[in-house]
Amino acid sequence: MFGLPGGAILPLYQTLPEYPQLRHILVRHEQNAGHAADGYARASGKVGVAIATSGPGATNLVTPLATAMMDSVPVVAITGQVPRAAIGRDAFQETDTTGITLPITKHNYLVMDTADIPRIISEAFHIARTGRPGPVLIDLPRDVLTDSADFDYPEHVNLPSYKPTMEGNGRMIKRAAQLIADSQRPLMLVGHGAIISGAFAEVREVAEKAQIPVITTLLGIGSFSGEHILSMGMPGMHGQAYNNWAIDRADLIIGVGMRFDDRVTGRLSAFAPNAKVIHIDIDPAEVGKNVRVTVPIVGDAKRVMHALAKQVEQVSRPEWIAEMDALRAEHPLHPGQGKGLRPQHVVRELCEVTDGRAIVVTGVGQHQMWAAQHYVFKEPGSWITSGGLGTMGFEVPAAMGAAFAQPNRQVWSIAGDGGFQMTMSELATIVEHNVPVKFAILNNGNLGLVRQLQDLFYGGTRVASGYTGNPDFVKLAEAYGIWAKHVADEPQVRAALEEAAAVDGPAIIDFHVEPEENVYPHVPAGESVFEMIESPAGQEALSWLT
Amino acid sequence: MADVSLNGHVHTITALVHDKPGVLARVAGLFSRRGFNISSLAVSRSETAGLSRMTFVVVGGDWVVEQVTKQLYKLIDVVRVTNISTESSVMREMALLKVKSDKDNRAEIMQIVDIFRAGIVDVGKDTVIVEVTGDEEKIDALIQLLQPFGVRETMRTGRIAMTRGGVAAGTKQTAVPAAENAPDTEVVP
Repeated sequence: MFGLPGGAILPLYQTLPEYPQLRHILVRHEQNAGHAADGYARASGKVGVAIATSGPGATNLVTPLATAMMDSVPVVAITGQVPRAAIGRDAFQETDTTGITLPITKHNYLVMDTADIPRIISEAFHIARTGRPGPVLIDLPRDVLTDSADFDYPEHVNLPSYKPTMEGNGRMIKRAAQLIADSQRPLMLVGHGAIISGAFAEVREVAEKAQIPVITTLLGIGSFSGEHILSMGMPGMHGQAYNNWAIDRADLIIGVGMRFDDRVTGRLSAFAPNAKVIHIDIDPAEVGKNVRVTVPIVGDAKRVMHALAKQVEQVSRPEWIAEMDALRAEHPLHPGQGKGLRPQHVVRELCEVTDGRAIVVTGVGQHQMWAAQHYVFKEPGSWITSGGLGTMGFEVPAAMGAAFAQPNRQVWSIAGDGGFQMTMSELATIVEHNVPVKFAILNNGNLGLVRQLQDLFYGGTRVASGYTGNPDFVKLAEAYGIWAKHVADEPQVRAALEEAAAVDGPAIIDFHVEPEENVYPHVPAGESVFEMIESPAGQEALSWLT
Repeated sequence: MADVSLNGHVHTITALVHDKPGVLARVAGLFSRRGFNISSLAVSRSETAGLSRMTFVVVGGDWVVEQVTKQLYKLIDVVRVTNISTESSVMREMALLKVKSDKDNRAEIMQIVDIFRAGIVDVGKDTVIVEVTGDEEKIDALIQLLQPFGVRETMRTGRIAMTRGGVAAGTKQTAVPAAENAPDTEVVP
């Protein structure tokens, strides 16, 4: 549990000494409590808990709740509220917490009777972790906490109107297997649902048996070993360019636990124009929401893929696999311009130093995309990033939460200098508990992706994207008593990473990367693969877009 | 790949929901957040204690109706959703109309009201209140005919609807399954 107390929630805090089995981590900001609970949940597969008081404590949870909602992460938030009689009277630190969080939680509760607390707690955890997971908030007025009632914890959750569909429809699975058998150029697009349900072996079995190249969405990274011969990497706006060309040529797309997000599809009318679609998702509302689906299968990704694996036929597709190889050779990932310290190089070195087995947590922006492109993950559940909401600053508290969840694994936060400064107040918490999180700040002194958008699509007019007053991150680390180092040259990268990895406790490396480096490819928002900019040379050709 | 279509039709959808504080806010919030165009909403207690029934009139194509249904099902408090437009059903709306009237034209107004099988439920010094029940077109027509006298105030309930025959809306026979491809998976106890 990560939290920060205040008046309204204090009655709950004052009982914590009676429950030593509950571990509470005092944070420096409620937003960080929310993201830490999120990081904990993603790294452990269990529910993360965030606690805050009423008013500003609760509103500070808005960003992490929205983040967890967009990325389907099981988080339970517990907030204090003013006493029942004061609700609606604009009391001190009163805010309509359930109203504010209505669209950014899977469900929320305002508890008006102490006797309801046990049932609501059990329902909240059940709702958060089952079906398509998501955040649930419980708002507790202070006098509901101080009243007493008989403790009656229900053995079973009784929610007749909430029954997620787990098993896929057998007829549809049969049709899907037939479509796969009939297709010449199939592709699998695997998302977060495969990770949440743990469908790793099942995805691999279907891919290997039916020889289907596997593309993993931003949140699906790690669901399929990056080293596998059928692994293709990421699609979409900043995915490997060859994947977007592959999707353009495919005659069958099999979406597994993903939602055809706009960053994946670009302009819908131009997405996968030659393909039929099999869409497997636990959330019926996702099926048919963005793309027309030939075979819809609602169910848990692991169970559906398990059933599908039994039905698909063993085939070989040498021509299609050769076409993939040709596309890869034709559209390689841009390695960086070679000036200064290339951020891509830092990520590649980190991947080697950690043998592709670290838990990697990122914020949002250029550093996130370079990490997604260049770190090759060998193990599932090792990649933690804010995908849907795109929350800068996620990288500091979420990495802390992940490290609490997985004390025996190396946790690296690949951070941007912008995002890091949003949430670096949590360094104090990290020091208090000697959390062994390692930070690799890809410091380019600006909001890199904003600067890139300005350069590509606003004629190079750079407005409010440059940081001229960044702190010296090494001195900042010293103030906290954290091991830290500057690195500005490529030959020093590896030694610094190894040194940081060996530190017993947190460590920060401030990488002074080339500030003019861009993320390639770049599919302009709302455009298709045909407008994709694959390298600096491609920018010229697209000057009409500006 | 073609984009999902957005052409419009009028659909009547009913939802059986738990009668809890905040349910209306959840449903209304869902409609506004997802950009669904809802032209009327009526809420009342149902035949089962603890459950309310909502009737929505939604304008949109098949995609909108499908999304409305599926998104409603995602709300924990929603028990069942039924698209009444696809069934043989009875649809009604009630309206109260305050019409300017004095002793000279009262008889004329009463004549019109009779033709519409409506009634006068209040007579004042210079106004009458007309109560009328029917489909939207009938109520619109009556308002149009009363307009020359001066319609001071109108109050309409919004459409309520019920399927014909022996089956209650939202039972197994008429409910839209939560998962369209999983007709065997009943979402209700």
